[in-house]
Amino acid sequence: MKADKNTVSFTLNGELKTFATEPDEKLLTLLRREGYRGTKYGCGQGTCGACTMILDGRAVYACLLYAKQAEGRSVRTIESAGTFEEPVEFQKELIAAGAVQCGYCIPGMVMSATALMETETVFEDEIVREYMDGNLCRCTGYEKIWIALRKVLDRREAADKTGRNSPAKGAK
Amino acid sequence: MKDERAGKFKQVNHSVTKIDALQLALGKDSYVADFVPRGALIIKMLWSPHPHANIRSIDVSIAEKMPGIKAVLWHGNVPRVAHCTAGQGFPEPSPYDTFMFDRKVRFVGDRVAAVAAETEEQALAAVAAIKVEYELLTPVFSLDEAMAKDAPVIHDEPEAHVPIPIPYEPKKNLVAHVACEAGDFEKGMKEADFRFDETFETPYAQHCPIEPYTTLAQIAPSGRIHITTSTQVPFHCRRIVALTLGIPVQKIRVIKPRIGGGFGCKQEILLEDVTAMFALRTGKPCFWQFNREETFRTGRTRHPFRVRIRAGVKKDGTISAIAMDAINNTGAYGGHGLTVVSCAGSKVLPLYHCENIHFDGKSYYTNLPVGGAYRGFGATQAFFAMESVMDEMAEAIGMDPMAFRQLNHIRSGEGSPIFAALGEGREGTPMTVGSNALAECIVKGAGAIGWQNRADWRTKTGRYRRGIGMACLMQGSSIPDIDMGSASIKINEDGSFNLNIGATDLGTGSDTVLAQIAAEELETTTDKMIVYSSDTDMTPFDVGAYASSTTYLSGEAVRKAAADAKRQILFTGAEMLGLKVEEVHCEDAHVLNEDGSKKVSYGDIASYSLYQKNQYQIIGTASHITKKSPPPFAAHFAEIEVDTWTGFIRVLNYVSTIDCGTAINPALCEGQTEGGTLNGISYALTEQYLFKNGRMMNASFADYHIYSMRDRPRVQAILVPSYEETGPFGAKSVSEICINGPAPVFANAIHNATGARIREFPFTPDKVLAAIQTVQKK
Repeated sequence: MKADKNTVSFTLNGELKTFATEPDEKLLTLLRREGYRGTKYGCGQGTCGACTMILDGRAVYACLLYAKQAEGRSVRTIESAGTFEEPVEFQKELIAAGAVQCGYCIPGMVMSATALMETETVFEDEIVREYMDGNLCRCTGYEKIWIALRKVLDRREAADKTGRNSPAKGAK
Repeated sequence: MKDERAGKFKQVNHSVTKIDALQLALGKDSYVADFVPRGALIIKMLWSPHPHANIRSIDVSIAEKMPGIKAVLWHGNVPRVAHCTAGQGFPEPSPYDTFMFDRKVRFVGDRVAAVAAETEEQALAAVAAIKVEYELLTPVFSLDEAMAKDAPVIHDEPEAHVPIPIPYEPKKNLVAHVACEAGDFEKGMKEADFRFDETFETPYAQHCPIEPYTTLAQIAPSGRIHITTSTQVPFHCRRIVALTLGIPVQKIRVIKPRIGGGFGCKQEILLEDVTAMFALRTGKPCFWQFNREETFRTGRTRHPFRVRIRAGVKKDGTISAIAMDAINNTGAYGGHGLTVVSCAGSKVLPLYHCENIHFDGKSYYTNLPVGGAYRGFGATQAFFAMESVMDEMAEAIGMDPMAFRQLNHIRSGEGSPIFAALGEGREGTPMTVGSNALAECIVKGAGAIGWQNRADWRTKTGRYRRGIGMACLMQGSSIPDIDMGSASIKINEDGSFNLNIGATDLGTGSDTVLAQIAAEELETTTDKMIVYSSDTDMTPFDVGAYASSTTYLSGEAVRKAAADAKRQILFTGAEMLGLKVEEVHCEDAHVLNEDGSKKVSYGDIASYSLYQKNQYQIIGTASHITKKSPPPFAAHFAEIEVDTWTGFIRVLNYVSTIDCGTAINPALCEGQTEGGTLNGISYALTEQYLFKNGRMMNASFADYHIYSMRDRPRVQAILVPSYEETGPFGAKSVSEICINGPAPVFANAIHNATGARIREFPFTPDKVLAAIQTVQKK
């Protein structure tokens, strides 16, 4: 599909959307302008991770991507993860652990963790650090973020193991 | 007095869920940039490329006519009002040496001219079209150059002055000078068996909040200016913007929404004056956000210090004399110059017994980035020197460094002449230490790190050598006789409360902590509190979030306001129950008689008082100042491994103990301690400003590395409780102290591993390797 010069179309949080844009507009700028403000600007240099989104299953820095690069692809933002009534598991654990201080890095952390959980099946510490390394936090020292994430991952690994041994899971 | 509920608190001393955590984790609109209306103008600044220059001419005529440009500001079209950007109490103990725009630039990153445009691209294009002719002046890049006879004068403008009578000599580049003496230093040195004279240097660093400085200014329908800004000091911001723009305080409303971290750098009015000026000139909403480069170059930094310590110790472990000469580089402007150097003495020297103390602190201008408030505030820099010398003294007399500290540290009930001698811009306040669990902090920390396994460096061989180091620390809790916090609390008919506070939550969780304090005092639950903070129109005054004051000072204001509301609740409850006030008490959000046979809920009391009979609003209000600044205490320990071939340091384990009195919210206290400690670790090992002709060259997280989840060593926070009788439910401060530890702890651990003593950090491999080679050559 040839894209219109001044628009971009992609699947955003499961819905096909078309936005007006300019060739030099960044994906972060476009989405924040269109009301998806959960993704934050932190450095504009692709180094802090506050703007992390998921593009076709991979965590990406939206401050570096041009909006046009999303053409025809699938973008997910923090707006797709959790509601007041039903936060996602990692959000719940972050809150329970006291891991949300200023909170500015947290949406990005949630998106990186989502990419991790959707891509990997084994959550060894070194793999987890690799996925989370691009999300900087200056408040927490990462201790409580790590504790929260480890809880979620350990639970998934345990469920996976039982799942593999039990035929009931396949029947679902 | 100790609260009778101590030990069985229901709301405080519990890890209540942070009240804004879910909102933030979901990414709901929370921060300044989330509230920018469509059509807001974007501001961009032309920054000085020169460290020191006069502006001969500026031509903005082309820029003004470019597409989308709505206004250009420069020194020729704005009021020239000398002011200070540091958000401190009034009158500030800092020089008024800054103008909205000046005819001179004093560092690379100083303001030259600004534009407001419809789009960012238009703004950047217009900035590039401004023509400036500079007359270059000789820059001053070091303390030695600043102090030299006939040094170039950085602030030669006639308006520069300090609004209070303290030493300030801009012709000599001297920003501040403070000195004090207790006992007789020379006599103490004569009595010593071992004498030391060592000089230490500490580096520039930036706070690196993930949210950069951000400000939005709008003209309200009333014609007033609403400034929504990422600030730690909304009330100081209002005052300083009013002064700088020459408009009444009444015309300005400052709102602080959620803040993406501050750590001191947002205790500064850096964007608000220009953003408000553009809003006034254009009538449109105006938005200014620093990018990361601007945050590094123009944002505030930690003052680099040179600290000389002369000290004497007797063979029995008595410290007979200490002299600290601390000199800091304030950069191009002098905000916090006096106070940060005062704190180098006042937050460090009282920690150990010594009868003969001398302190001399000076601050100098240079043409480098500007120092500001940074978590730890002078104590961080001075503790590096002091705690290094403590280890050197212990080694000289052959005493275990931990035992040496245990022998000498200040105890409960003891004072220090330094408390009375050194204040912030004036004499200090005499004080005896109340709560103090330092002894227990040391024992617990030593156990957690395995201090008993610590071996002398002379026994170590091989490429990788392990070492264990420690440091003891203190800070303060608010500025006595200067800081003030206040609160009001009113009840709603469902038994919920509006808690309105001037105090500023910059991500620390103070809104939650203050809600817990209110709920404890009111005998209800924290989830009944609707907290609204930091809005100069809607909340009572507070000096803001700095000097480790919020829990201790604003917390006590909240407790008193809640007690005031509780008296009214008891009065109305008793009236409803047909009992005397003396016959009822509060429990679980009810007023009841002694055996509980008669009771009425807070909701019913509120409904009665609002709608039914003898109606009035139950509302409590209170302010609080303090005569004390009770120090939190901490003992930090680390085990490291030094690669003697490369000089690389690996942190194996770090233990941060802390006595913060009653931990109002233990999870948040741990979070402060873990986060501050990691910030300190990153500062000690890797963070540095690299300059080329005064220009900071590494203005990105790619080149100025801060620790990530992969870099993070294990950090164990251990809260050691005490009870500070002057604080709300026994609390004192927690947030700043923890950053003071890593630099001296690592210096001592490197020495323990290798015998090398390094008096300058960050401890990058090149420095460590050079130091090790010096030892090996001996």
